[in-house]
Amino acid sequence: MTRSMTGAKMVVQALKDQGVEVVFGYPGGAVLPIYDEIFLQNDIRHVLVRHEQGAIHMAEGYARSTGKVGVALVTSGPGATNAVTGLTDALMDSIPIVVLTGQVPTFMIGTDGFQEADTVGITRPCTKMNWLVKDSARLPETIHRAFHVARSGRPGPVLIDIPKDVQFAQAEYTGPERMKPDHYQPRVKGDIDAITRLVEMLETAERPVFYTGGGVINSGKGASQLLRELVDATGIPITSTLMGLGAYPASGKSWLGMLGMHGLYEANLAMHGCDLMIAVGARFDDRITGRVKDFSPNSTKVQIDIDPSSVNKVIRVDLPVIGDVGHVLEDVLKVWKARGRKVNKDGIARWWAQINDWKKINCLAYEPSKTTIKPQYALQRLEALTKGMDRYITTEVGQHQMWAAQFLGFEDPNRWMTSGGLGTMGYGLPASIGVQIAHPQALVINVAGEASWLMNMQEMGTAMQFRAPVKQFILNNERLGMVRQWQELLHGERYSQSWSESLPDFVKLAEAFGCKGIKCSDPKDLDDAILEMIRYDGPVIFDCLVEKHENCFPMIPSGKPHNEMLLSADAEAFKAGAALV
Amino acid sequence: MSALNIKKGASSHSAYDLRDSHVEVEESHTLAVIVENEPGVLARVIGLFSGRGYNIDSLTVAEVDHTGHRSRITIVTRGTPAVIDQIEAQLSRMVPVHAVHDLTVEGPSVQRELALFKVAGKGDARIEALRLAEIFRAKVVDSTLESFIFEITGTPEKIDALAELLRPLGLRELARTGVAALSRGA
Repeated sequence: MTRSMTGAKMVVQALKDQGVEVVFGYPGGAVLPIYDEIFLQNDIRHVLVRHEQGAIHMAEGYARSTGKVGVALVTSGPGATNAVTGLTDALMDSIPIVVLTGQVPTFMIGTDGFQEADTVGITRPCTKMNWLVKDSARLPETIHRAFHVARSGRPGPVLIDIPKDVQFAQAEYTGPERMKPDHYQPRVKGDIDAITRLVEMLETAERPVFYTGGGVINSGKGASQLLRELVDATGIPITSTLMGLGAYPASGKSWLGMLGMHGLYEANLAMHGCDLMIAVGARFDDRITGRVKDFSPNSTKVQIDIDPSSVNKVIRVDLPVIGDVGHVLEDVLKVWKARGRKVNKDGIARWWAQINDWKKINCLAYEPSKTTIKPQYALQRLEALTKGMDRYITTEVGQHQMWAAQFLGFEDPNRWMTSGGLGTMGYGLPASIGVQIAHPQALVINVAGEASWLMNMQEMGTAMQFRAPVKQFILNNERLGMVRQWQELLHGERYSQSWSESLPDFVKLAEAFGCKGIKCSDPKDLDDAILEMIRYDGPVIFDCLVEKHENCFPMIPSGKPHNEMLLSADAEAFKAGAALV
Repeated sequence: MSALNIKKGASSHSAYDLRDSHVEVEESHTLAVIVENEPGVLARVIGLFSGRGYNIDSLTVAEVDHTGHRSRITIVTRGTPAVIDQIEAQLSRMVPVHAVHDLTVEGPSVQRELALFKVAGKGDARIEALRLAEIFRAKVVDSTLESFIFEITGTPEKIDALAELLRPLGLRELARTGVAALSRGA
């Protein structure tokens, strides 16, 4: 059905037709016609943010926790440039979001008009695709196409720049059901010969390991289910990147924990020593591989990925299987079952014996304290007191993020939202709000460091206004902890600019926002304080004063291979070596 | 377990793994990229090359199918085989890209470039320039008493060769279109 309407009305109609329930945004001159249309309807909820970066991270949190496309709406010029960090974050982590930006009227483009910026030019490298729509007749198909592109193939952020006169102009609206099939249709089924080769390798491997990533989460809940079935049926150990936590349950019997720079000893040594590595929706990031030329030197490498450019980008792969993780795993299971469910039982049993030996190192051990809250202890208590709850975790970026990945267990996908690729400090607070908006009844906790948290703390206003009872669990060491750790270990203990001076009183800050503030510095009070946070019906800022000089281990110093991981006991010797430099 | 000696130098302190950059030999490849003819597509393709540090030796672009909204971008690039594969994969996954053909590996192809040479001079040099142009089957498309403009179509190597020869004979300006290429056969 076609109807004539203004461009602004089309925007709202197209969003409704795409099933959008909520838009995170901030108005301004160049998007006023769209805000007018938002005012005149009740189907789409608008969440008013306090800074456009917050809108993008909220849309990301919404998308990651639901598997749907997140939507943000911002104005031209500064509105658009403030969105750039969020767009880059979503591109790096393959998060499907649609961002709508206002633009000066078409006849003013190029004249340095008020709040004019070359938005499509600025955002071209940080979007999967973007469009400047100069004719309202093309607006509906562009919006429908944008949703298709954002969610298809390897998901990612897309942006539509809409000049103000296009928002006013009348044209015919076309619904998504009348769209021509889009030429952009990435292949989802894997090549069956390659899949059979993969199954053959899996049947005979003596020391196989699954190395899974965010691609499993992006592929949907079905993919996680298939992965669990395959892992449990074969008994092959599994590790995951930061992005992939929750695809396989932390309580699962084959779980090795996270791998990578701050990954677990047994996970990294399994990667180093395996004879068959099956990468599933993971892209061999430098935080995973360590020194490339010594990365898992004796293994055959198989990679399942929907993006052909992920193959052989960093690590030479012996057998790529291009396709959607869910589709490919389904076929792998089918072929494996049809061929008689074979595995190298003896080999894998010996492999597990070796891995269990590595586990005895107890790589996450830390020195406990009766007087100071150790950050690891805080997370262990948080885990113990929230286990089994309908819980979602977001994080900021730094030591706390790595500790959260190490000490919190994720049983399901879409429960863990963290800025992996870009490492965006300031991500967690707005992301937690986006998650809470999508899951109003759930317990949403942002595990934060005080420095990251301050980067987008204005969004507490959003949490208050929209009654998003997010819990801000701040591990406050009054330091930029990860920077401090690198300076201690690698820069001769010269702590250049890595402390947090003039911090606010977080309890008073909470009161100023109208929410609850809790401060805790004694390990004895911690459990009660955490319970108070969980039980409070509303947003909480929890100022958890922790040990100031704790380092995060294990650690693979960059440029080192997996088998040269540092444990906490090695740190002093390492520093002695590094100090010579 | 760990060998804890850290080498001197910045790389051990870097947040990145600094790899040996050139372990393999670089090759020249000609890529034909068929794209949707819409605003910004060329910028997106070029941005990929600059953003990821790939080389562009030559680039031509024009619409080739008006009704189908298709443009053809011909790119001559250099890189190790792994880099060339990565360039092809990166191009193929772009939303407005319909097809990528590596004409260097997909079989024999015809590669042609058009060039204009402005040569100024008098006397023997002028005669010699004209004689060389004839040998290379270049056309004279402009002529004054003191200058010629030659037009030549050929492989980039042929144009390079003529440029070398004309340089001492008063070559003032050179304009090249970049390579257009098609695979041979049906």
